[in-house]
Amino acid sequence: MKLELGIIKISDIQFAAESKVEGSTLYVNKDELKALILEDETFVSCELDIARPGESVRIAPVKDVIEPRVKVSGEGGVFPGWMAKVKTVGSGRTNVLKGAAVVTTGKIVGFQEGIIDMCGEGAKYTPFSQLNNLVLCLEPVEGTLQHAYEKAVRLAGLKTATYLGKLAKDIEAEEIRTYETPSITEGIKLYPDLPRVGYVLMLQSQGLLHDTYVYGVDAKQSLTTMIYPTETMDGAIISGNCVSACDKNTTYHHLNNPVIEDLYARHGKDLNFVGVIITNENVYLADKERSSDWSAKLCEYLGLDGVIISQEGFGNPDTDLIMNCKKIEAKGVKTVIITDEYAGQDGASQSLADADIAANACVTGGNANTVIHLPKMDKVIGHIEYVDKIAGGWSGSLQEDGSIVAELQVITGATNEMGFNKFSAR
Amino acid sequence: MIKVVHYINQFYAGKGGEEMANLPPEKVKGFVGPGMAFNAAFKGEAEIVATVYCGDSYFNENKEAVDTVIAMIKEEQPDIVICGPAFNAGRYGVACGTVASEVKAQLGIPTLTGMYDENPGVDMFKSKTIIMKTKDNAAGMRKAVAAMAPVALKMAKGEELGSAAAEGYFPTGIRKGLFEEKRGSARAVDMLLKKLKGEEFETEYPMPQFDRVAPNPAVVDLAHAKVALVTSGGIVPKGNPDHIESSSASHYGKYDIDGVEVLTDKTYETAHGGYDPVYANADPNRVLPVDVMREFEKEGRIGELSHYYYATVGNGTAVASAKKFADTFSKELIADGVQAVILTST
Amino acid sequence: MVKEIERAGIPVVHMCTVVPISLTVGANRIVPTVAIPHPLGNPALSHEEEHDLRKKLVGRALKALETPVDGQTVFEE
Repeated sequence: MKLELGIIKISDIQFAAESKVEGSTLYVNKDELKALILEDETFVSCELDIARPGESVRIAPVKDVIEPRVKVSGEGGVFPGWMAKVKTVGSGRTNVLKGAAVVTTGKIVGFQEGIIDMCGEGAKYTPFSQLNNLVLCLEPVEGTLQHAYEKAVRLAGLKTATYLGKLAKDIEAEEIRTYETPSITEGIKLYPDLPRVGYVLMLQSQGLLHDTYVYGVDAKQSLTTMIYPTETMDGAIISGNCVSACDKNTTYHHLNNPVIEDLYARHGKDLNFVGVIITNENVYLADKERSSDWSAKLCEYLGLDGVIISQEGFGNPDTDLIMNCKKIEAKGVKTVIITDEYAGQDGASQSLADADIAANACVTGGNANTVIHLPKMDKVIGHIEYVDKIAGGWSGSLQEDGSIVAELQVITGATNEMGFNKFSAR
Repeated sequence: MIKVVHYINQFYAGKGGEEMANLPPEKVKGFVGPGMAFNAAFKGEAEIVATVYCGDSYFNENKEAVDTVIAMIKEEQPDIVICGPAFNAGRYGVACGTVASEVKAQLGIPTLTGMYDENPGVDMFKSKTIIMKTKDNAAGMRKAVAAMAPVALKMAKGEELGSAAAEGYFPTGIRKGLFEEKRGSARAVDMLLKKLKGEEFETEYPMPQFDRVAPNPAVVDLAHAKVALVTSGGIVPKGNPDHIESSSASHYGKYDIDGVEVLTDKTYETAHGGYDPVYANADPNRVLPVDVMREFEKEGRIGELSHYYYATVGNGTAVASAKKFADTFSKELIADGVQAVILTST
Repeated sequence: MVKEIERAGIPVVHMCTVVPISLTVGANRIVPTVAIPHPLGNPALSHEEEHDLRKKLVGRALKALETPVDGQTVFEE
């Protein structure tokens, strides 16, 4: 399977009379987009705003971040099962509005959505401070149940990203990035001497704000399975919104999965990137056992020499991570795990809830309990009063002067367990 | 000038070996033994104002020893306290670790010690004091001093230390944030390629050690059970027929005690070089209690004492070696029908 | 060594002086002893007293072997 990504660089977003992409500016007709979103009767209001890198802006509570993309050629459409019919994606060409993102916010659903600061201390930890963000602030009709509101927000984000992506359908991208995965047998013939490497992508699947969807299917209801790496680039996997903010994989992360990118970068040179195994993180022990058994079985079945395992979330998913690692190593397949840590504010506690000597190669996205001080921002998009409630905040986190003292956990994407960032710990 | 107090044991203080291991704490002005090398390595920035030393056995057997040592250190009001290095000496490691962590906790003075990674003191104290990685014996002294001196200066000045890997100390378990050159996914790919090639790689989070073996069920009928003695205290037939090394043992011995009622100074001795052998040589039952086991046997408290006992020397012996020994002789114990083991250590 | 014996399936009691090391190493049944150079004796005592002391300690070790334990247990008396 072969996919070309046409990279269209976006360096600014402006509201304008006509929605279009011109040069490197994305113009958005506010009223048109608003009307589209408000077709969903779950919402009583929808405010649009723009947050640019370096601006004194804080977005909270952040639910999801999505990159606008559009299918130029090849089967299916971006976000299959949601914004397009269920068709296998991942081939042909897809245009990407690189440098732009849709960020959804609004009344808090649970208590664990996140913060994006566009400048200052907090901006260092989130990759989304580097993007031009079109922010949707979505308020539900009174009495809307949490699940209904979450789903409506999820769809509004995908809808907006699709709307923006379509603006770039006919643009000839200057930069084309090509990704190709041969069939198993072709791969063996092409790279007989290279180690066969796979990627075990763990998807959080523990319920409200912890869910992940694959082609429209709730991951908790799926057995461990396989997909081509390029399918993820067309939105085959989407986030069921953020929790905990620092280590929940947003839809943006799934579209730009760094493990997939970095394995492709070495593909055919140092390794043979065979494919992606997707597995879930469910709440029942039997599910955990079954899913990790299947991960190990598929690794064996594919004749892999090594895998990278990425986690999502923390706490009981640490057990899923360790089960995957242990069982895959037991099949004679070498593993590297990517996780993050909850070592306490002083960094002195044990970092993971579970551990095993098989997990001897670990990459960490840092200690999520690290206390950070976020200066006051001139402008807040969303609702700042929730800061005391979100995971990583505490009563009094929001200071009288508008600054925030909280754990790194509150920052969207800060300790990402796909290894999206440079932040780490020793 | 930064003021340093140095803690060492009786051996490095030049007071003698195991025969002096019961020496109570003493203090002298200035440096003693390895302190000279430290002073030179400080290049005029710091100076050892006093050296406190104590016998290793005395330290480990007398609870008040640590208080005396701390009081001696407190009088000097040092900016930093350096202990050892202890290399792979277990009791010395425990002493260094105890002094370093107690001084830090009670006096709030930064402390530093050095050990080999199999020294039990590492696991016991690495979260309580900075322990620099050293070789397993005193031949590594020069290197150890060269590594420890600059770290000691940094700590005395209140400067932040770099990561455990960069500075050469055992990870303290205290996690510190940092920004890497490459993103996590790229580091993961690099690490996997190294692991696949069998090259060395460094994990970013060493798993906490959970190597625990579940206890076996209790012995139901000891009165009819065969019990074996095993010791790491080096008790061997006089003359040490198997030439078990006094330190870093490369093998173990298996000895027949059928018909032996009591071990005597004429027939048995210790091969262990890590403790004062006088008491064990005078009465080897003090380490390997054959005499009372025979009595328990006669009284019917146990079924019988196994004909064979196993002995090695636990002094500076690599954990991996000890593991291998026990792995082998445990199979023989089972084959001999042994149902319970008493393992004595010195 | 103590762990390997345990792993082999034989109940084992560790008699040692520096109990914290035994705990770190991972022994399950631990009986604290007198002193490093003479774990099961005390030269300061008379021969009879020393013998009684040793018998008491080894007796405690036998008791430990007869006692079911869930995890690391130090048999102080």
